[in-house]
Amino acid sequence: MTKIDVAIIGPGNIGSDLMYKVMRSSCLNMKLMTGIVESEGIKRAAKMGIETSTDGIDAVLDRDDIRIVFDATGAKAHLAHAPLLRKAGKIAIDMTPAAVGPYVVPCVNLDSLSQEMNFNMVTCGGQATVPIAYAVNQAADSSYTEIVSCISSKSAGPGTRANIDEFTETTAKALETVAGADRGKAVIILNPAEPPLMMTNTIYSIVKNPDPERINRAVQKIVEEVQKYVPGYKLRTPPILDGNKVTVIVEVEGAGDFLPKYSGNLDIINAAAVWVAQKLAVERLMKEKGPGVISAEAGEGRRG
Amino acid sequence: MKRKIKLVDVTLRDGSHAVGHSFTREQVARIAGALDRSGVEIIEVTHGDGLGGSSVNYGFSAVNDMELIEAAAGVIRKAKLGALLLPGIGTIRDLEEAYERGVRVLRVATHVTEADVAIQHIQAAKGKGMFAVGFLMMIHMAQPEKILEQARIFVDAGADYINLADSAGYLTPDGVRERVAVLTEHLSIPVGFHAHNNMGLAVANSIAAIEEGADYIDGSLRGLGAGAGNTQIEVLQAVIRRYGWESGADLDRLLEAAEKEVAPVMKRPQVIDADSLMLGYSGVYSSFLLHAKRASQQFGVAAKDILLELGKRKMVGGQEDMIVDVAYELSKGR
Repeated sequence: MTKIDVAIIGPGNIGSDLMYKVMRSSCLNMKLMTGIVESEGIKRAAKMGIETSTDGIDAVLDRDDIRIVFDATGAKAHLAHAPLLRKAGKIAIDMTPAAVGPYVVPCVNLDSLSQEMNFNMVTCGGQATVPIAYAVNQAADSSYTEIVSCISSKSAGPGTRANIDEFTETTAKALETVAGADRGKAVIILNPAEPPLMMTNTIYSIVKNPDPERINRAVQKIVEEVQKYVPGYKLRTPPILDGNKVTVIVEVEGAGDFLPKYSGNLDIINAAAVWVAQKLAVERLMKEKGPGVISAEAGEGRRG
Repeated sequence: MKRKIKLVDVTLRDGSHAVGHSFTREQVARIAGALDRSGVEIIEVTHGDGLGGSSVNYGFSAVNDMELIEAAAGVIRKAKLGALLLPGIGTIRDLEEAYERGVRVLRVATHVTEADVAIQHIQAAKGKGMFAVGFLMMIHMAQPEKILEQARIFVDAGADYINLADSAGYLTPDGVRERVAVLTEHLSIPVGFHAHNNMGLAVANSIAAIEEGADYIDGSLRGLGAGAGNTQIEVLQAVIRRYGWESGADLDRLLEAAEKEVAPVMKRPQVIDADSLMLGYSGVYSSFLLHAKRASQQFGVAAKDILLELGKRKMVGGQEDMIVDVAYELSKGR
């Protein structure tokens, strides 16, 4: 079967977990892992038989085979990478908070972004909460949506910690622009409990049409949509209606590809990114090459 | 020379929990004015959960933080005006606005093991020339060595003092002593302490902290605060005098402020009821109290059981959303 060649820039935790996810895909080919220094991540990729480089983005730009590039570096680096990737005709999937391209939450707005060349994956909390916020807004019209994401301390990397405002500000913006709430607010909590807790996300919506039936149906349906690409996504507390306030709590257990299962926050953003790449590979790129009949759903490999 | 203790008043911040974040501009102006005349060092004015705390999760403020800060700034002459910020809830943008409205002391609070998320906020506050405080919450959940390690993160970021908060009102004086002592012994900057009275030990614990070298002590008029409240500042002032120390505050004026300004705005007596005792006993964040009482009504389960389960699950400050999760689960008998 034809596969689309992809590269990952940034062989850290996110990049390494992405690598495992790409390797399980039946329509993506994990072609190149590139960083700027020799690192554990580069060694790991090489050991898996994957081509590696320490030339950073330069290793990607003049390669005609590579069509999709995951950028798992940092916001500053991606601001520099984005125009170069665009010029080279590569589809960029941006794991950083740079937000050069539009926010994408696959089950909500991927289909409407068919011409984009640069996709921003929002935040882990955004991937976990925007689908619910969107579903509730569709069913009941939210004037205000607020989310609380709690992640285990161990799964919060130095990047998240040094820029925690970016999480709250970006997630809040996505609640408005992607989920459609009139106003959004986001809170993040780190919990150091041992053994580490699974990621939990609470989505509060203040709604104009509090119809419990419609809200329930919409939430159940969107949870199933997310589960297509994040098997560990679970409705923990179904919609609770209290006047015009709707409370929904979801839990995310990671797939345990490279990162431990409690890192559901990292898993969900990576799983969403790979899902975006697969959809694009199937719908946009394979159409050009014309191999026909596989779907992104079929492209999703089995998860352990 | 007499030992000099600096009093930090949190009536208009932690006390905000106790009145359901309902402070008005007028109440803030009156209380802040009375506090200023009584000679406290710092007057903290913010939603109970800090800047940006007004929310579904923590309760909406009747009046926006910035307006309340402005109301306080308009009456304070001698004291410094402070605000609290919890990274993950409030942002640097909030602190900048608070600065513009007159805040000059920024206390940045994290869970006791997570100080590094606050480096950017401490630095931003210092960049504005503010007095910046590293504030570690739920200190009963960490051993002294860990607390020292985390305090050093704040020191390196530029904090002017380190405040230790027994947010669950869990510690006994010995537990306070060992935690304060390790900091006063090893750090070059002052140490402060913030108590909750859930086990009836707030004043005793504050005294223990002072004896181990703490210079800044949090308190509130009438003890107004989350859970069973904070160290009652007028009582603390009397006890400080009894010990022969100085604080620069005037007991009569504190008593008058408590009586004339705070007593009339209280929504319930600040006592140790069964549920607030349970906070201290099981090590649960004090501001969970009123949310748990509400969830108890909504789901028909005892607040005490909700709080015990939250303690078992090791929930930390800010996880008010898990109160609904626990109450729902208990109601389903899952």
